[in-house]
Amino acid sequence: MTVLSASHINKYFFEPEKFQVLQDVNFEVKKGEFLSIIGKSGCGKSTLLYILSTMDTDYEGSLEVNGERLTGLPQDTLAAFRNEHLGFVFQFHFLLPEFTVLQNVMLPALKLGKYSNKEIEERAYEKLRLVNMSEHARKQSSKLSGGQQQRVAIARALINDPTIIMGDEPTGNLDKANSGLVFDIFRQIAHENGQTIITVTHDPDFANGSDRIIEMSDGRIVRH
Amino acid sequence: MNLRLSFQIAQTHLLAKKRQTLVAMLGVTFGIAMFIVMISFMQGVNQFLEDSALDASPHVRIYNEVNTQRPSILDQTHSADSDVNIVHHQKPKQQLPRIKNGLQMVRLIEKMKGVLGVSPEVSSQAFFNNGPIQISGSMAGIDYPRENRLYNLDSRIKSGSFQALLTNPKGIVVGANLAKKLNVNVGDKVSVTTPTGGNLTLRVVGIFGFGIGTIDNIRCYTSISTVQEILGKDASYITDIHLKMTDPLLALDFAQTLQKQFDIHTEDWGTANQAILAGKKIRNVMTFVISMTLLVVAGFGIYNIMNMNVINKLKDIAILKATGFGSKDVVAVFLLQAIIIGILGGFLGLLIGFGISYALSITPFETGDMISLKTFPVLFEAQYYLMGLAFGVITTVLAGYFPSRKAAKIDPVAILRG
Repeated sequence: MTVLSASHINKYFFEPEKFQVLQDVNFEVKKGEFLSIIGKSGCGKSTLLYILSTMDTDYEGSLEVNGERLTGLPQDTLAAFRNEHLGFVFQFHFLLPEFTVLQNVMLPALKLGKYSNKEIEERAYEKLRLVNMSEHARKQSSKLSGGQQQRVAIARALINDPTIIMGDEPTGNLDKANSGLVFDIFRQIAHENGQTIITVTHDPDFANGSDRIIEMSDGRIVRH
Repeated sequence: MNLRLSFQIAQTHLLAKKRQTLVAMLGVTFGIAMFIVMISFMQGVNQFLEDSALDASPHVRIYNEVNTQRPSILDQTHSADSDVNIVHHQKPKQQLPRIKNGLQMVRLIEKMKGVLGVSPEVSSQAFFNNGPIQISGSMAGIDYPRENRLYNLDSRIKSGSFQALLTNPKGIVVGANLAKKLNVNVGDKVSVTTPTGGNLTLRVVGIFGFGIGTIDNIRCYTSISTVQEILGKDASYITDIHLKMTDPLLALDFAQTLQKQFDIHTEDWGTANQAILAGKKIRNVMTFVISMTLLVVAGFGIYNIMNMNVINKLKDIAILKATGFGSKDVVAVFLLQAIIIGILGGFLGLLIGFGISYALSITPFETGDMISLKTFPVLFEAQYYLMGLAFGVITTVLAGYFPSRKAAKIDPVAILRG
């Protein structure tokens, strides 16, 4: 079953001068697939990921997720869509520093408002257990180490049981041990929960361990 | 949009930076406290000046204007269509300042709607003899119960009493400064001469002080019949009718109505006290300008702090947007912070403003005998406090809105990509 399809994606940068970053990118991703996008710096893989994430709307072509066409929808609709169907893990953890670990994980679910606060808290604990962080739930998130923060970020990405989890170099800032941990969690999510994972990575070990690799060069897909 | 969630986030942000929140709050607090103090004090001063002017003067005064601008007899007999009439330095006619049917008029006006009280008076210039020197002043013959209702004379008495005028036909109540100049006390005799030559020796039964120099220096009160006797007039001779309304503002129109109805000259308090009214307007404008400036300055303070807040929180905003918070949620998060600062700072400002106003209102203020003021005049009105709070909240909302809009427009991609 296809959960994401991108067709004829073109993207230009206009600063400092007009430059085509993505050239006619076409691909599909299936449910439960663990996909890595690799390529040299500047090949457009991150740009592609942010288009897939619906946060970047300035592109040509069309994007469908879960059978729903997202191209051209207003920002707030896309925000609501992200909230329910997409999870994100970034290179620099990006937790909200004033909040506790538990609150960070709960926030997207509170925004979605599908469950009661009590249920959301239980679910957040469950996700934290999955990433082995439940004993730190009450800690201020800024007090955690980098690897711990990244695991909390994964728990947050999972809280609304999204269809797709996207990672922008999720292990880029982590040591070997933590990278391994994050990789194992991703694999587990993809294979046991049937959630799709799309990550951009520089890490060859990480990419080789995933189900499928898309390699990009100069704004085109050269291997998939 | 989930307002409770936005509120929760706003609250966490504020509590995480307690000192910054406090500084922003104190800006509003100071602005509103000063606004309250300024406006309460200024309005207190206005009220005091207005009261002291209105207390001692009637809302409407009815009198017969002795007019020298009359047409000459030549003009009346030879209308100057083709000729030119020149009458040089025409003298006024022999004319009494009496109001015709004054006492009937008093009874009529008394029954009219909105009238608080009417008092007939016979007034005359007078010379008070103190040994070889003469001091000029004015003498008002009054009907004590009626006049007391208008001017609350009993509260002005310094020694003796006004009631004595009722029992003692030769009694006189003298202004405090005039009494000092004449060197008389209650029980002493004073000799009064009118410009027309009448003379009478009266006994001082009371000394009063309005706290207004122009009155306390020259005025004395006695009964109507005494003045009529000195002037050699009959018992229906009345020169002035003073009246007060339940609402002073009604008096302005009422004076015009009376003038038409009775065909007689009237003067309202607004015309008689133009300087005070103009001064009040100027002070009001000044108060508002200063208060607004204070609030605008406080507003800029909040604007700066909120702006910095947004810049410090760029990453957080990007994260919120990435995880599905819409621009409305982001606006709510930051606007709510501004509103919380505005409301808390505002209430604190009201409290402090009230405290300072109260302290001012009990601070002794030495002004001497001339002005009947013991402490600073301060007016406590709920509407000023509501106004202060409303202004405070509006300023903070405006000051918080623009940074919030900026936060909502932030492109998360630019920040998340680093």
